Amino acid sequence: MVQNKSFGSRSFDVLLLLFMAAVSIISVAPIIHTIALSFSQASLAAAGQVFLWPKGFNTGAYDKVFSDHQFFVSFWASIKRTFVYSGLSLFITVMMAYPLSRESKDFKSRNVYMWVFVFVMMFNAGLVPTYLTIKSLGMMNHFWVLVIPGLVNVYNAILVLNFFRNLPKELDESAGMDGAGAWRKLFQIYLPLSHPVLATITLFNIVNTWNEYFAAMIYVTKSSLIPLQTYLQQVVLTIDPTKVTTENVGLLTQVSGETLNSAKIAVTMLPILLIYPVLQRYFITGITLGSVKE
Amino acid sequence: MAKLWQRESLHFHFMLLPALALVIIFNIYPMSGIILAFKDFAPTKGIWGSPWAGWDHFKFVLANPESAKILRNTLIISFGKIITLIIVPVVFALLLNEIRLRWFKRTVQTVVYLPHFLSWVVVAGILKDILSLDGPVNWVFHHWFGFEPQMFLGSNHWFRSIIISTNVWKEFGFSTIIYLAALTSINPSLYEAAEIDGAGRFKKLLHITLPGIAMTIALLATLSLNGVLNAGFDQVFNMYNALVLDSGDIIDTYVYRSGLQSAQYEVATAIGLANSAVSFLLVVFTYSMASKFANYRIF
Repeated sequence: MVQNKSFGSRSFDVLLLLFMAAVSIISVAPIIHTIALSFSQASLAAAGQVFLWPKGFNTGAYDKVFSDHQFFVSFWASIKRTFVYSGLSLFITVMMAYPLSRESKDFKSRNVYMWVFVFVMMFNAGLVPTYLTIKSLGMMNHFWVLVIPGLVNVYNAILVLNFFRNLPKELDESAGMDGAGAWRKLFQIYLPLSHPVLATITLFNIVNTWNEYFAAMIYVTKSSLIPLQTYLQQVVLTIDPTKVTTENVGLLTQVSGETLNSAKIAVTMLPILLIYPVLQRYFITGITLGSVKE
Repeated sequence: MAKLWQRESLHFHFMLLPALALVIIFNIYPMSGIILAFKDFAPTKGIWGSPWAGWDHFKFVLANPESAKILRNTLIISFGKIITLIIVPVVFALLLNEIRLRWFKRTVQTVVYLPHFLSWVVVAGILKDILSLDGPVNWVFHHWFGFEPQMFLGSNHWFRSIIISTNVWKEFGFSTIIYLAALTSINPSLYEAAEIDGAGRFKKLLHITLPGIAMTIALLATLSLNGVLNAGFDQVFNMYNALVLDSGDIIDTYVYRSGLQSAQYEVATAIGLANSAVSFLLVVFTYSMASKFANYRIF
């Protein structure tokens, strides 16, 4: 390919690189700013002196975060929920995807099931009826209310079933000839070949569960069950400065709201930042997988 | 009986049992609660024992001046989001495609995708500080351009623009992925042919690259229309406050407040039902358009 090396084209290249560098900085600057704030001296942070680098470096805000009992409780609640959800959801998704990936001549009820799942994916009863159902089932304030209602993810199932369909049909046929039943085919033929798609949906499940805050907000009041995001939502976004109690006043003067909140935000997003390098290798494949048919 | 057990389809039913049970309990059974929209709920009598109200709750919603405001906010915010999340990612993908330095391109991609994976709770927490009166945004506007500091998240003048632009900030990188994938599938021989005909960089962009992804743009634009009544609960809920209800209150936040905070179950259910029904029709319509014109199928 002949490269066009005219002056105009070259200066366009340089401008483009500068522009892209600027876009990249804008994308992460708010995140870096928050981290810088969390390591800064409270008075300088409150005066709006901190941008992308800490001023008056100290870890006072983190001392406060780590001496906050509820923060630890919530961190653990989030971890537990994320693992339990991701494991169970993967299992259910796989069991959905295999039968649904069969041709309807091999599995006559396939289309009926498919319509049911697609229908619930597109139409929901709405917030109030769902809330009243959960309440009438006696699930309020129970760990499982944060896991079970969202276990079936039809999008994930469709992703996996599209992947299954792309595997060679001969594998399935020859396994069948050797006497393998449906379960053996699924667990010993299909799953070992499906690592890319399973890793993709697991990573997405982990991120989504970690980030979910709403279910706990409406269904849970027990502090031992409140996930980190819900806790963050309550303390950072809805704190009312007029209701600061006397014992909190001392805390406010030592560590300003800004540095303390920034530290809480930083710790809450830490797991995402840690798995992001792994995640970003997978998600592009994951998204393209979903758009591949037959 | 032994014969029946050997049939594969029986095992298929077993495999689908857990998912089906969950969907029936948590998705289908709640649909019976929709009749609340047509009842005057008396907690002592239960949903089924309560007297019928006919279309009264819907009439109340239609007559309520709040409704028009909320619908307007929802449409403005969601159209703003739809339009910006088509234009910005397309332009960004086209520009990124012009970069020859592979490592630079990869780094930019990795960096701009990141915000998508943070929750709106976290992002709202970050934005609350950045957009505050003594935050960096106001500092820059004040010291560089001489503007008076603004209370961005507390001003009805700014709130919608802030919602739309911060949504672009969080999501544009991720929305770019599909366009980048479409760009790689353009036949390279088209570019070679164009070069022989003397086309410069801009001409190639205009006559090959853009038409090459036009179908993808049209498809994603069509599909995004099914979300016009969904202006993004998580974002608005975490960023709004009592000062900006006039410009920022959307259908979903209104349903949450009236239904769960004020326990007006019937009205909230009625609005939720109308919302779900219209959204459902939009989904069916956009998917059928997409499959008709772009041969798009989800499975």
